[in-house]
Amino acid sequence: MNIIEINNLVKIYDDRKSVPVTAINGIDLNFKESEFTTIVGPSGSGKTTLLNMLGGLDEPTSGKILIDGVDLSQLKSREVIDFRMRNIGFVFQAYNLIPVLTALENVEFIMHLQGKPKAERLQRAKDLLVQVGLEDRMNARPGKLSGGQQQRVAVARALASKPKFILADEPTANLDSKSAETLLDIMERLNHEEKITFIFSTHDARVVAKAHRVITVEDGQVKSDEDYPEH
Amino acid sequence: MIPSLSWKNIWRNKVRSLVVIAAMTFGIFGGLFTSAIYKGMSDRRVKEALTKEVAHIQIHDPKFIENPEIGLTLPDPGGIVRFAEGLPGVKAATDRLKIVTMINSSAASSGVTVYGIDPDKEKEVSELYTSVYDSLILADKLKLTDPALIGTYLKDSTGSWFGGSQRNPIVIGETLARKLKLKINSKVVLTFQSADGSLTGGSYRVCGIYRLENNAFEEMNVYVRKPDLASLAALTSEDAHEVTIFMNDPKKVGSAMESIRAEYPDLDVMDWKTLLPDVAMLNDLLVVSMIVIMVIILAALGFGIVNTMLMVVLERVKELGMLIAVGMNKLRVFNMIILESVLLCLTGAIAGMGISAVVIEIFNKQGIDLTAYAQKGMEAWGYSAVMYPNLSWNFYLIVAALVVITGIAASAYPAWKALKLNPADALRTE
Repeated sequence: MNIIEINNLVKIYDDRKSVPVTAINGIDLNFKESEFTTIVGPSGSGKTTLLNMLGGLDEPTSGKILIDGVDLSQLKSREVIDFRMRNIGFVFQAYNLIPVLTALENVEFIMHLQGKPKAERLQRAKDLLVQVGLEDRMNARPGKLSGGQQQRVAVARALASKPKFILADEPTANLDSKSAETLLDIMERLNHEEKITFIFSTHDARVVAKAHRVITVEDGQVKSDEDYPEH
Repeated sequence: MIPSLSWKNIWRNKVRSLVVIAAMTFGIFGGLFTSAIYKGMSDRRVKEALTKEVAHIQIHDPKFIENPEIGLTLPDPGGIVRFAEGLPGVKAATDRLKIVTMINSSAASSGVTVYGIDPDKEKEVSELYTSVYDSLILADKLKLTDPALIGTYLKDSTGSWFGGSQRNPIVIGETLARKLKLKINSKVVLTFQSADGSLTGGSYRVCGIYRLENNAFEEMNVYVRKPDLASLAALTSEDAHEVTIFMNDPKKVGSAMESIRAEYPDLDVMDWKTLLPDVAMLNDLLVVSMIVIMVIILAALGFGIVNTMLMVVLERVKELGMLIAVGMNKLRVFNMIILESVLLCLTGAIAGMGISAVVIEIFNKQGIDLTAYAQKGMEAWGYSAVMYPNLSWNFYLIVAALVVITGIAASAYPAWKALKLNPADALRTE
């Protein structure tokens, strides 16, 4: 069953001062539940733009994105933010944790935004940190964690809101090999065991190697879309 | 969680936040301490005016204030006093004769208002008697027990509030005493037109000299026993030109005046604000000017806070983008930044208020003595050269509210800038 349907998506950046740039040029894609998909492509190919639009962070110039049947372009700005909070998890390249909060509080924060009761969010945040192997670093602030540990907190945070899928933009780009491997193992396990849908944008061959589906984007168009069920 | 996050955010850049907090602390302290000095001065002036000069309410013949003719006496002053004393909130009332006269000493003469009073009853409506340096009280304070020493060194120089047994005693102010070169037991002559139209005069002996913080009052007002003045003025002891009322509960001045006006519609009933418009105006203006001072200080501090909060937003563009991306709606982002600014301001303000409260309390007990620099000038205007800073808790609350408003106003623009962030662009920033 498709959880994301993209129909003839176009994104043109036009600031009316310079030549308009077509970042996405008529993409049609579908994503199913429990996918572990990687979007690859050279710099400037449009993969981050595609990911931003999937996450409702950017608006398409034309075309539609339906998430669970909801057309994001029909939602008002504050409805999009609310939709993101309840349906989409994000993992960023630079971790983007809140530096003044502990790992536990960072994971708990999004559930606070969702209005979950304190006891429930505390328990879930602890469970998620255990799942990503940070049970002994729950009360550490991001500054006291390694890059790999911070990214694992970011994964736990992305999972906290029980999203329909997680968008991960270059999640291993800032990590050393060992940390990247650990992180990918955790995400792969979550995908296998918890049926969490992951969509990556990456240059990292290690991520590509673990993906079940690899979509190659070039010049704003889908160049290839291949499945690797054996991964 | 948002308030907690805002509070933690303040301490990300400790030095910057501490500089803002210190600026707020000193600004608030400066404003509050200055306000407390002015409030203390004004309160002291009002208290002195009420307790020693005019009391809360005075009743006269309607023409008397404009033209204090000796014949403009009150009808049944004893009845007015009894009526007034029966009103709620009234401590005591007394009737007085009040005549404009010339006072002459062997050295000089001057125009004064002489009050004919009942010295004992007067003590219930005025504390002026406490400003006469009674020799026995002073002896007690100086721990002098030898009557010979008291008689030699104090009696003649201090006097008392009609305590002696001499005929026609008079209590005068220190400024007048200096002007007319008078001391205790000096003789003065009062000259005025009596009620029957003839020019009359009588000699009095100075039995006491009072000392206030109001030189003009000291120079212009003298007190004699009512029967002594009445006989000289061809009036009876029951006659009076004014009834003076002192309130236990100053909040009931308005209702007491209404009752008196209803009972005596033909008389002029005035409160102290009408009798001393300059003091009342300064007192009323004071609160406004104190608030204006605080607003100016806070506005100046506010610009610094705008700058700080703009830095806060600029430094955290990426993080704000992330917060919006993960689902923190823009109203919450706006509130978080506003709250950060308000907490920053309040931290400084609370410190400033705490320091102010302690310092004001210390100086309220000790006083700030400016007699060496400004006694003449200040007492010429009726203000004490020793200032006792004083500030009501209400004013602290007003300042706290102003600080919150400053915090909100100062962060509105930076918060609005945060609202305008596009999360995708914000996340791309380095």
